[in-house]
Amino acid sequence: MSWRHNPGLVGGLIAIIIFAALGLTSLWWTPYPIQAISVADRFQPLGPEHWLGTDHLGRDLLSMVMHGILTSLLVAASGVVIGIGVGVPMGLAAVAWGGWVEWLVLRLSDLAFAFPALIVAILIATLHGPGELNAIIAIGIFNIPVFARVARGGALAIATQDYVAAARLAGLGNAAIAARHLLPNIASLIIVQGTIQLSLGILAEAALSYVGIGTQAPETSLGLMLRDVQGVFLIHPWLSVLPGLTIVFLVIALNIAGDGLRDAIDPRLRRQGMNHGAG
Amino acid sequence: MSLKTSLTLALAGLMMTSAAALAQPTEIKIGVAFEPPALDPTAGAAEAIDVVVYQNVFEGLVRIDKDGAVQPGLAESWTVSDDGLNYSFKLHDGVTFHDGSAFDAEDVKFTFDRILAEDSVNAQKALYAPIASVEVVDPLTVDITLSRPDGLFLFNIGRGDAVIVAPESADNNATDPIGTGPFAFVQWDRGSRVILEQYGPYWGDKPALTRASFVFIGDTGAMTNALLAGDIDGTNNFAAEALPVFEGNPQFKVLVGLTEGETILATNNRKAPFDNLLVRQAMAHALDREEIIEGATYGYGAPIGTHFAPQNPDYLDLTGTYPHDVEKAKALLAEAGYPDGFSATLKLPPVAYARLSGQIIASQFAEVGIKLELVNAEFAQWLEDVFANKDFDLTIISHVEPFDIGIYANPDYYFGYDNPEFQALNETLTATTDAAERTKLVQQMQTIIAEDAVNGYLFELAQTGVWNAKLEGMWPNSPVEGVVLRDIHWTE
Repeated sequence: MSWRHNPGLVGGLIAIIIFAALGLTSLWWTPYPIQAISVADRFQPLGPEHWLGTDHLGRDLLSMVMHGILTSLLVAASGVVIGIGVGVPMGLAAVAWGGWVEWLVLRLSDLAFAFPALIVAILIATLHGPGELNAIIAIGIFNIPVFARVARGGALAIATQDYVAAARLAGLGNAAIAARHLLPNIASLIIVQGTIQLSLGILAEAALSYVGIGTQAPETSLGLMLRDVQGVFLIHPWLSVLPGLTIVFLVIALNIAGDGLRDAIDPRLRRQGMNHGAG
Repeated sequence: MSLKTSLTLALAGLMMTSAAALAQPTEIKIGVAFEPPALDPTAGAAEAIDVVVYQNVFEGLVRIDKDGAVQPGLAESWTVSDDGLNYSFKLHDGVTFHDGSAFDAEDVKFTFDRILAEDSVNAQKALYAPIASVEVVDPLTVDITLSRPDGLFLFNIGRGDAVIVAPESADNNATDPIGTGPFAFVQWDRGSRVILEQYGPYWGDKPALTRASFVFIGDTGAMTNALLAGDIDGTNNFAAEALPVFEGNPQFKVLVGLTEGETILATNNRKAPFDNLLVRQAMAHALDREEIIEGATYGYGAPIGTHFAPQNPDYLDLTGTYPHDVEKAKALLAEAGYPDGFSATLKLPPVAYARLSGQIIASQFAEVGIKLELVNAEFAQWLEDVFANKDFDLTIISHVEPFDIGIYANPDYYFGYDNPEFQALNETLTATTDAAERTKLVQQMQTIIAEDAVNGYLFELAQTGVWNAKLEGMWPNSPVEGVVLRDIHWTE
């Protein structure tokens, strides 16, 4: 399939690459250091000196947004890594071993689903204080059952195939079957689910920071930027609009790229999706 | 019906409506940021308790007026012996508590015995330590004897911590407060509001308001909307950052005043490197007070150079003791043995002025090489770490109690300042009643702590109230904790 047939994937990927490049650049360079406060320069409008203006402490908004994107992406991606790292082996084990293992995995994911990320985050923040790491753990815990279910669902269909039975007859154990035959065949499902969880993770990070239990000053994130300036929304709306729009565009780009990726990796899924739409 | 009657009826109807429109409203809804944990001002330190009940539900023997002066309260007059040890209070006749029981000298004795009891939970017990005995002479006369003269005794018994309570109801005051004030408690919807209603048989002048609600709104954005929508008629202290919304709006008036809150960069004097005077001086030089005031209070705070309220006549302007000077700060750090600076933590309670000041100070200290790690704590955690366990390097907090320079004489206080010279001066001060002599002593004490740079002295917390333009009688300053409803009234 050619790239031309999948404009969503191309557009989404380009947008994500731009966002990621902005975020990564902030590791080495930002127009102004984000921790340098200069009260005399606060609430500067957009201009040649500060392209996107300055906030209530005189910090350069472009630098803040760049760093905020990095924080959001890092937190969301770490959450996805935790989710895949723990959830996928759980889902595969459920299929390969079956029986009480499957029962345990399903009940554990029911249990994890019963606690929304926010509740988990409040729990962790109460025990260990607020911070970026806690946001990562909360989002990661939220992701585990999602990936466990996707892995189990995908693997169930594969496990009935003849070549799996052949492998079992050839003497392969449960673990080997899961690793050699099940995992490669559900990789595309995991990748697609990963992009969806990434955009959910960015929203979750923004929400956690906004209520004050995620990223803490002097670090910054898009949610924290929203929280800091909500009191002056009526006077300086731009300060809220900028991080808000950034979150919106970031999530839209991820969703479009995720849809495109799904179509590109697995055309059958697209057909199914279209059938559903027609039905 | 004839034309004449219908005209008369129409006219009568018109007159009635206009009469209703002209009648002054007598209710008020006041937005406050913090909900009190309980409603008994004699059993808790939270300012939020006094905001709701002080001088509204509860009254003391004397009361503090809007200028911070002592006025007669439940005691209509008093005499003081020449040695300043014996106070004889003449009580008002015909005063009743809101449950209908009579107020007399026994209630006064009960109140002070309760404050001084072994198991007392009064937050300011130390202030009343000089009281040696409280004697009931007759139902309307009380004699209080002090063990030593106390220049602030009358002010202290006018505070919310010493309001008069009745033995029958004192134990329930936390949830069902019963006092002698002009307003009686009606109900407390947890998480939402407290409603007070005028107490008919009140002994003193009737207030103009018949009903008052304190509505708890913690978020600045929500408070702004509530004010704009008319859901609340005013708030005693509004976030300075959003004040421009109301400045210049003819429907509102903004009252700017000062509180008794000295906001300080509290420093753990027990702990290295802060036990070194040179380090503390370097930190004082590193602070740019103007930038902190502008950034954290939008210019509304007043600079202080010592632990004393600038509106007090005895205040000494010591803001120039250690002016902002980065080079000097670096030199002092080098002299103290920290040429490359050092790292420390700054614990911040969940109040906007502290969180903002913290970020600004971290940026200013970074310029001289002191790397601060900001630790945001919730209030309970902060109180436990800083106040109880003294486990902190630096913190930012506003000390809202009036005339609290005496805390520097307590070496066990959380910032751990131990200076025998200062302690001796404080002893002399508490025993001195002569005004001129007190001024001299207090100024000497201010100078000592400023020069020792015990803490970083930042600013006096401002009070920026936003009220409906038709309201009058609110206190612009806050000489004592509380939102006193007594004089508030609507005008046309």
